[in-house]
Amino acid sequence: MSVTDLAAEPMPAGLEPESIEGRSPWRLAWSRLVRDRVAIASLIVILLMVAAALAAPLFAALTGHSPTDQYRETGLTDQGIPVGPGAEFWLGTDSLGRDLFVRTVYGARISLLVGVVATLLATFAGVVIGLVAGYFGGIVDTILARAIDVVLSFPYLIFAMALVSVIGPSLVMTTLVIAFFSWASIARIVRGQTLAIKEKEYIEAARSLGASPMRIMFVDVLPNLVAPVIVLATLLVPTAIVFEATLSWLGLGVDVRIPSWGAMLAESQSFFRVAWWYLIFPAGALLLTTLAFNLLGDGVRDALDPRSERLFATRRKGKP
Amino acid sequence: MSLLEVTGLRVSFPTSDGIVQAVRGVSFTVDRGRTLGIVGESGSGKSVSTQTLMGLTAGADISGRALFDGADLLAMDDERLRRLRGAEISMIFQDPLSSLHPLYRVGWQIGELIRVHEPEVSKAAARKRSIELLGLVGIPQPDRRVDDYPHQFSGGMRQRVMIAMGVALRPRLIIADEPTTALDATVSAQILDLLVRLQREFETALIVITHDLGVIADVADDVFVMYAGRQVERAALRSTYYRSHHPYTVGLLGSVPNAAVPGRLRQIPGAPPSLIHPPPACPFHPRCRFVMPRCTTDEPPLDPVRDDADPEHRSACWLPGGLLGVGPEVDEARTRAAQESRE
Amino acid sequence: MSTDGDVLVRVEGVEKHFPVKKGVFFQHEVGRVRAVDGVDLEIRQGETLGIVGESGCGKSTLARCIAGLLPVTAGQVSFEDEPISGLSRSGMRPFRRQIQMIFQDPYGSLNPRRRVGSIIGDPFDIHRLAAGAERKRRVQELMELVGLRPEHYNRFPSEFSGGQRQRIGIARALALRPKLVVCDEPVSALDVSIQAQIVNLLADLQAELGITYVFIAHDLSVVRHVSTRVGVMYLGKIVEMAEGERLYTRPQHPYSAALLSAGSVADPDEAARRERIILTGDVPSPIAPPPACRFHPRCPKAQHICTTTEPPLEVKPGEPADHVTACHFPVRPGERLGQTGLGAEPPPPSTGEPTAESGGEGGTA
Repeated sequence: MSVTDLAAEPMPAGLEPESIEGRSPWRLAWSRLVRDRVAIASLIVILLMVAAALAAPLFAALTGHSPTDQYRETGLTDQGIPVGPGAEFWLGTDSLGRDLFVRTVYGARISLLVGVVATLLATFAGVVIGLVAGYFGGIVDTILARAIDVVLSFPYLIFAMALVSVIGPSLVMTTLVIAFFSWASIARIVRGQTLAIKEKEYIEAARSLGASPMRIMFVDVLPNLVAPVIVLATLLVPTAIVFEATLSWLGLGVDVRIPSWGAMLAESQSFFRVAWWYLIFPAGALLLTTLAFNLLGDGVRDALDPRSERLFATRRKGKP
Repeated sequence: MSLLEVTGLRVSFPTSDGIVQAVRGVSFTVDRGRTLGIVGESGSGKSVSTQTLMGLTAGADISGRALFDGADLLAMDDERLRRLRGAEISMIFQDPLSSLHPLYRVGWQIGELIRVHEPEVSKAAARKRSIELLGLVGIPQPDRRVDDYPHQFSGGMRQRVMIAMGVALRPRLIIADEPTTALDATVSAQILDLLVRLQREFETALIVITHDLGVIADVADDVFVMYAGRQVERAALRSTYYRSHHPYTVGLLGSVPNAAVPGRLRQIPGAPPSLIHPPPACPFHPRCRFVMPRCTTDEPPLDPVRDDADPEHRSACWLPGGLLGVGPEVDEARTRAAQESRE
Repeated sequence: MSTDGDVLVRVEGVEKHFPVKKGVFFQHEVGRVRAVDGVDLEIRQGETLGIVGESGCGKSTLARCIAGLLPVTAGQVSFEDEPISGLSRSGMRPFRRQIQMIFQDPYGSLNPRRRVGSIIGDPFDIHRLAAGAERKRRVQELMELVGLRPEHYNRFPSEFSGGQRQRIGIARALALRPKLVVCDEPVSALDVSIQAQIVNLLADLQAELGITYVFIAHDLSVVRHVSTRVGVMYLGKIVEMAEGERLYTRPQHPYSAALLSAGSVADPDEAARRERIILTGDVPSPIAPPPACRFHPRCPKAQHICTTTEPPLEVKPGEPADHVTACHFPVRPGERLGQTGLGAEPPPPSTGEPTAESGGEGGTA
């Protein structure tokens, strides 16, 4: 086509952003993330925690202690007090003579499983509901926005307690309850973001090309939501983990026989004076995990959108 | 002595991507009662140069000298600069809405400006002067509008309020940075008229910074053209438009639709360069139609161009002096000159 | 007017009003922004119809009504004699291939999370015209057509300059080989030297592909340069329309005369020579436009009849057939418009004076 020659008068070299590689926003974000030492340390902690959880049976085999067996002979003193950390029990035992290390590692399974699954469910629901409310607007939005408000203002702990006492505690129940009370915060932010994106000219451009609402929602709007949603989800995991621990601590969590950090903390309370390890190790594991997720979330947010206003305002790292 | 005398101004900003060299050696003077137009595209450094004089470029590395009435603005302490700002030098920005405080009445804002610099003025007297000023800049019923908030004014009226604040203390220098860019044509014409009228009335020196060659043609006495942080051409108004020397000035003028020249616009290829890695030697050489071997190795100085009508006419280009103008014949002569230098 | 044969688009009595709502729970309408308020015009095959006017005059809204992006409140837009206003999304689909739009903001009009190839290839996906290697080939062809390097196919919009982004937007608009391209301020966000590149590109594409343009801009000299015919809009109405040079050299409506005299010229002698007609006051609110002739409160020639009877858009005696003006007292050649008539007294501004920006295009921007 002859127009080409006219339109693209030879561009002298060095004018175009030639030096810039074809870098996607994702790759740029990743390169920023790997330079963030706190985030990388957090990521390593999380990966170690996941590895430990996956390898829990291995640890059980290694120590020869199952997470549920009570070692009354070796695991308790003559007075029936838990033994401290040592060669036999790496992190000591609990009040029933069970191996605290093995139980903590098994507890990681529950915490991470519930935390991640509940977060995935909540994120999925939150994104879909927020997207639909924001994109379609009108009466749909009014109804969904009110639903979000209701869920957010619910006294969730009381509701969860009531629900569990009626249906009975179980892993599935706990996960669903946590997901149910977590989607709304995501939905609210996704809705707000969708409203903002909807006004962009590129959405109008898509409409002028004849794109269907579904296509616009998933091809044009959704990719712009991925960044905030990843951040929100990362920050939601620790919340869900703490939520699970809280329910378990109240005795409303997963089955009492399955080791869980919350339940271990509840049991340990009355033994704190005589067996500090009983409280410290499950609590430390919980703290370390939630802290790592929170720090990672902050790092991911900074990496994805270094200049954005703080949508989800929390602490700022003192970066140079 | 000129009112403002800037020599060798350099401004750079350290950023995470590298050092942005926004202004690289700019010198100019402004006299009382004269209007200097600074033209350039985005990223040419035209706004940064004057913001630096006002101490508005925090975090920048600055060197050079800017004598205002004999005192160096760049070496001045903050307190003294602050007193100068508003009273002796005032600025008018592109976006009046963000420059006015949304929660205070405009009359109060003008009054406060007066009272900060002249504390002996009573509140009542400051208000009276605010009303006078609003009337002066052509706001109807100033005695009523003085108690309105900025959002109650239209864009053009807000720019008038900004101008009222700009002239409130009878400054000796007004810097207007894209004063009409956000405004419609009819309003923009009113604002330019007003600026020029006030400037004549108060014998103020005026610097108008803009990308719009039409605005410059309307108001300026002297012009300098900036590209990639450098001054590429400096001349009197008519010399700039009719006897341009620098290919960038020529290209810029060719890019503006002109009823007298139908057909394709004479565009400049490519895009303005990065200020982190500006092209070596002449910054315009990668886009220049008349590029010569020398342009890529030596930086051309801002030298006189043998313009008989305007001995002060200077251009930073290696093309021979005397090749002035925007017509096709001059371009041919330039092409020939460039070819000869290549052989 | 010309024969029907070469009319591509007919706009008849088009109105677009935006309700102004108040209330948090139970919204009720408290007024209407009459962004476009009764526009008749035709767009001819192969021409460039320029529309000028100040912000809030409704030109961008009109552009979106013509492009079928906004449903009209009243009236009808027909494309090749087929009415397209009020069509459903699927009914509109075949016309989407014929009518495309180029947007103002080279940053906002490209999805930052998608690759250029995917953005330009969008039309092929949506209309299921090409996929895979064929789609890539056609996208790269388009990139070459608009002066982009085809090998930049996999880059993201953030890696391009403003002018290059505008080229991407143009490539996307041209993908379906539309007959009509509506350009809404296509160069106003660009630097001067880049503006010229885009203006030239649009002209080359028109010559090559025979596209018809509607060209909306507030830059009067750019519109003059590109347009075959130009219409002047004021408060939702076309007040004058004529062949471009004629309108710029012999405007008949006092508003056109004032607007065109206010445009800047990059020529100091010309700037000093011409006489500007400085209008008093601001553009009134499109929520409550003045009755009869909307320009009468600011018009230097207004008489009593201008406040009571709306002038029709018609050919004035002695004027060519395609020069239409809506004015009772058209400007005579050589006439000097001073501050006389009703315009001498500026209208008392109300306290809550609605600004031009808050209405009109604000509703669609």
